[in-house]
Amino acid sequence: MDQVSHVTKAESRNLNFYYSNGAHALKGINMPLYENKITALIGPSGCGKSTFLRCFNRMHDLYPGNRYDGQIVMHPDNTNILADGVDPIEVRMRISMVFQKPNPFPKSIYENVAYGLRVRGGKNKKVIDDKVEQALRGAALWDEVKDRLNDLAFNLSGGQQQRLCIARALATDPEIMLFDEPTSALDPIATASIEELMTELRNKLTILVVTHNMQQAARVSDYTAYMYLGDLVEFSKTDDIFIKPKDKRTEDYITGRIG
Amino acid sequence: MENQNLTSTATANTSLMQNLQEVRDMIRRHKRKDIIFASVGLLALVLALLTLLTLFSDLVIDGYPKFNPDFLTEFPSRRAAHAGILSAWVGSLLVMLVTFLTAVPMGVAAGLYLEEYAPKNWLSDLIEINVSNLAGVPSIVYGLLALGLFVYGLDLGQSILTAGLTLGLLILPIVIVSTREAIRAIPASIREAAYAVGATKWQVVKDHVLKYSQGGIMTGVIIGMSRALGETAPIITIGALTFIAFLPPAPISTTAPFINFEWLSSGFTVLPIQMFNWLSRPDHAFQVNAAATGAIIILVTLLMNGVAIWLRYKIRKNIKW
Repeated sequence: MDQVSHVTKAESRNLNFYYSNGAHALKGINMPLYENKITALIGPSGCGKSTFLRCFNRMHDLYPGNRYDGQIVMHPDNTNILADGVDPIEVRMRISMVFQKPNPFPKSIYENVAYGLRVRGGKNKKVIDDKVEQALRGAALWDEVKDRLNDLAFNLSGGQQQRLCIARALATDPEIMLFDEPTSALDPIATASIEELMTELRNKLTILVVTHNMQQAARVSDYTAYMYLGDLVEFSKTDDIFIKPKDKRTEDYITGRIG
Repeated sequence: MENQNLTSTATANTSLMQNLQEVRDMIRRHKRKDIIFASVGLLALVLALLTLLTLFSDLVIDGYPKFNPDFLTEFPSRRAAHAGILSAWVGSLLVMLVTFLTAVPMGVAAGLYLEEYAPKNWLSDLIEINVSNLAGVPSIVYGLLALGLFVYGLDLGQSILTAGLTLGLLILPIVIVSTREAIRAIPASIREAAYAVGATKWQVVKDHVLKYSQGGIMTGVIIGMSRALGETAPIITIGALTFIAFLPPAPISTTAPFINFEWLSSGFTVLPIQMFNWLSRPDHAFQVNAAATGAIIILVTLLMNGVAIWLRYKIRKNIKW
């Protein structure tokens, strides 16, 4: 890992988040997201890591009563994606997401990947064909499905479904990709393939991943953030946080004293 | 020492065997309740089915002499042997068409709006309670409403349009409720997946919500339609004729403009009213006609429900969450 390239792709500035029931789930989070790096969010359940991740594509807007306070600024255009004037749809077009459980649409493999393009008004079959192939190759799934693109996505295995969801998120050339515990529903072999895929995707885009699995954070990420009860306790290079954590709470979590 | 050990092992074994015996007795007692409940349930099911079957076969046996093509192609007549249900089934068909065309778009749109667009607050709760309650309002009340609103208020007369709108109102709550249930069955994760790639609300509704809920919606629609088919009270209230020896003008013709809407304002009768009319006659020969009509209504209803089940199965087959 080199010290030189520290281009900030996005950063959260004093971000607070309140759920509709009044719960103060994020407390003044300041954190950068470096370009072409994988940043992992770790912490015990309920610490706000998924809440934080879901701020980046304004998923909280889908449910009434949720409130953001603070900024998430994207570079190089300096857009505060949480601002009232910014359409969440625009944000989701730039930042895509892979969910905890594979959630393909009950459509064909092809249509799953093509959906993001169709939403953007894509009609040209040749262009869509190319994009679908590219995305499926990018998600290391092309060879397994190229002969049955019109099969239902549900007929794929769990790991294949998750790679299909990655392809779906990839097809629209996002700048940032969010992963919300992407392997928690998968077996170890499928998990390994997803992790490998993430490290490859890093060359093309910036990744933010929530994981409950510390080994996974250590394996795949360049930077790690430890969150606890809505606070960002510590953020630094993954090697540093696992070898010499600065905060006592981080150390306790990493060594298994709190879980 | 050794002996003692053996004895204590033996005692332990005996008590273990005793325990095991008790556990087995207990399981046997519990399972007896299983069997009792299953038998009661089966009995209830068989009773309900037997009643329906008796009713149906009674109608079939009584109406058997009338099961011939002429019964479907003849108008009602003063002579029972010549009387048929042509005007009744055509009337039912046309009324159902109006009902379908009004209740389905309105019901689905209302259900969609309530589920996907309406803000969740006390007002939407109030609407929800009212819609559910509407499904339980006696049908004659709808008839009275229609008499005041459609027949006199809007001056639509005692026409096919009035009857279709009345039955449409009657089944609207059924369509709304089943639409909402079908939409609610779609997991949040699928919705989030669609939003996450940048879809607008309408794109999510059009490409996903409607697609995956259509099985449930169609089932509700068909169940509502089969209820409407058998409704008599509201149709009598709005003043459907009971003896009709003519057909409404055909909706489609071979000459321009090919489609006309005169049939909407035509007088009409429907199957249950025709049956009611024949039942009230003293001449026994008409009872045969009534029975045959009843059998046909039940048969059509069963067929419609069969189609509903088949549709649901066919559409659900490709969807697993």
